[in-house]
Amino acid sequence: MDYRWHWGVLLQPVATGEPATYLGWLVSGVVNTVELTLLAFSLALVTGTLFGVMRTLPNRAAKAVSAAYVSIFRGVPLIVQFFIWFFVVPELLPAAIGDWLKSLPSHPQFLIASVVSLGVYTGSRICEQVRAGILARPVGQIHAAFALGLTRAQAYRYVLLPVTFRTIWGPLTSEFLIISKNSAVASTIGLLELSGQARQLVDYTAQPYESFICVTLVYMGLNFAILCCMRWIRRRTALPGLIGG
Amino acid sequence: MFEMDWQTLIDSRAVLLSGMRITLQITVVAILFGLAWGTVLAAFSLSSHYVLRVFTQAYVSLFRSIPLVMLLLWFFLIVPQFLKALFNLPSTVDLRLVSALTAYSLLEAAFFCEIIRAGIASLPRGQFQAGYALGMTPFQTLRYVIFPQAFRAMVPLALTQCIVIFQDTSLVYVIALGDFFRRVTAIGERDGTLVPMLIVAGVAYWSVTTLLITITNGVRTRLAK
Repeated sequence: MDYRWHWGVLLQPVATGEPATYLGWLVSGVVNTVELTLLAFSLALVTGTLFGVMRTLPNRAAKAVSAAYVSIFRGVPLIVQFFIWFFVVPELLPAAIGDWLKSLPSHPQFLIASVVSLGVYTGSRICEQVRAGILARPVGQIHAAFALGLTRAQAYRYVLLPVTFRTIWGPLTSEFLIISKNSAVASTIGLLELSGQARQLVDYTAQPYESFICVTLVYMGLNFAILCCMRWIRRRTALPGLIGG
Repeated sequence: MFEMDWQTLIDSRAVLLSGMRITLQITVVAILFGLAWGTVLAAFSLSSHYVLRVFTQAYVSLFRSIPLVMLLLWFFLIVPQFLKALFNLPSTVDLRLVSALTAYSLLEAAFFCEIIRAGIASLPRGQFQAGYALGMTPFQTLRYVIFPQAFRAMVPLALTQCIVIFQDTSLVYVIALGDFFRRVTAIGERDGTLVPMLIVAGVAYWSVTTLLITITNGVRTRLAK
């Protein structure tokens, strides 16, 4: 193999004439990946908790809706969901909203579709964990909450969910790691996050190893940062007396 | 946008079916090779050799920390160069499928290794000592005592992983390999029917996945008896 290494290429100005270096492209890729990961994970936590709680309510309609949500969003590959949210859903929305979406500049358009795809998909996985976590609570806890005069909403808010989140913190950490890696699929609809920038860099510099190595190391660093952050939160919120914290 | 001549879908069924064949081919190869190599890796991780244990640990964490999209791009960069240098292939040979098969096989081995290790971890520690006490070598103990029990314990997780692999194969889109999903989008773009074609793809994947889930649930209840 006679590959010519040329790390200096990263510091060269880009060939498109923009006032940026190739390194600058990589940095903007990192920013987009982090932004997408954080926004999508927040959305996933909200939808996952909402549907996970619905699954445990004594109401058949709520259970059925939640089961349908999980079945649909876990049954279709992530890349197909990205394409459907980006190409199909704007056509299904009322014309005014669809046209407004399509009139946005390309970056926010990509970002909105990516956050929704990734968030709702990951939400269907978190939903199952929240459900399992709630069902693992001893039934006496909710009875105790009712006996104290709490409503069902209050029982979930003040008794069940705070403990549930602490017990499912491990799987939630994995989901956070998975979502940061799955964010790379957003490059298929055009969002220039890290892996999208990696491909663009190959096209412009013809130095694939340098850009791939940089991007791979950044993903590993990101994984490590998420892990440290989640462990820190876990320690800060540990409940005394529980093995799992 | 939704007007669609369903005749075009029937006309392109040969293209779609050959795409589905590639999807299934990657799935099956990744499962078989991943299981085999994953079993070896799991055995390595139990070995008394420090080097083998460190290698397995590094292998598994490396493959699990890289996004699948990047992994596919990496293998599509390395594998063709490697093979062409090795076999003196002309540069026109298309090595997308080989690259994808390599990437998925090596990646799924890391996941299966973890699943098998979890299966082994669920066994009582005495199983190893029992094997040694009967005069078995470490290899025989693994082969006749540990693995048969570990495999039974890991079946539910392994089946779920197989469904995940089936879905993940759609990511070969990034190296422009003509699997089912890539063919669907190509037809949609050619005929200007991307929107209905994407819905067709979603329904197709959902149906196969739901069928597979039903089968694995059946297997799971049978095993639990």
